[in-house]
Amino acid sequence: MPTLAHYLYVSGALFSIGLLGVLLRRNILIIFMGLELMLNAANLSLVAFSRFHPGLDGLPGYNAQVLVFFIITVAAAEVAVGLAIIVALFRAKQTVHVEDLDTLKF
Amino acid sequence: MSLALFWIFAILTLLFAVGVVVFRSPVSSAMSLVMSFVGLAALFVTLDAFFIAVVQVLVYAGAVMVLFLFIIMLLDLRTEERRPVKLAAWAGGGIVLAGFLVAIARVISSLPGATNTKPEILPGLNDVAQVGVALFRNFNLPFQIIGVLLLVATIGVVVLSRRELK
Repeated sequence: MPTLAHYLYVSGALFSIGLLGVLLRRNILIIFMGLELMLNAANLSLVAFSRFHPGLDGLPGYNAQVLVFFIITVAAAEVAVGLAIIVALFRAKQTVHVEDLDTLKF
Repeated sequence: MSLALFWIFAILTLLFAVGVVVFRSPVSSAMSLVMSFVGLAALFVTLDAFFIAVVQVLVYAGAVMVLFLFIIMLLDLRTEERRPVKLAAWAGGGIVLAGFLVAIARVISSLPGATNTKPEILPGLNDVAQVGVALFRNFNLPFQIIGVLLLVATIGVVVLSRRELK
């Protein structure tokens, strides 16, 4: 049987891969996908904790699953707004490469 | 059996997540991300979180990824040309990541109850009903605020993607 530590390690690995994508890739869309991976890693650890710590009534902690539901909703809204900003940026600059987007650079 | 399924879906999720980072073509990355989300949904099923698994497939693997693919198609992105890598950025990224992994390993190994197997829960539980009760009884106000947030996001997207009329 998998233990809580198994799920937490998978969650940590997934978060690290997402972080690596954000740090190393220069395509702004791939950076955005890395952000989604990191959000999902957080969801996995929340659901794992809810399953491994049931309440006194023998039910899993459903409050954590409601929190995951909220995270998914906010992430969907965030993706929509972020992609709209990327499209507006592409219209203005004709690039999705972050090193070409240096207008705010000091 | 349960452990085998866990490993199959964990490795599937992590491999496709690596694919998101290493593929040069944005469409391959997006497809890889879809598979990673499906693997993650399967992991949620192994945790008896059926509602979250279904929402994960519907919202992430469905709606969000369709949006990503539409934007990739709209921007007409080709495979990125290789640019010289910045050694400082890679080294900095590696150091941050190594520190993060060490911190996570230390936290998990010192966590009480981390090696417990899954505790028994009531069999035949109606997962969707339980999440619904928790959502509407304990989190009714946040639920409605989320509705307002979605409305604001929708209006914001329409305003952002509107072409300026000259």
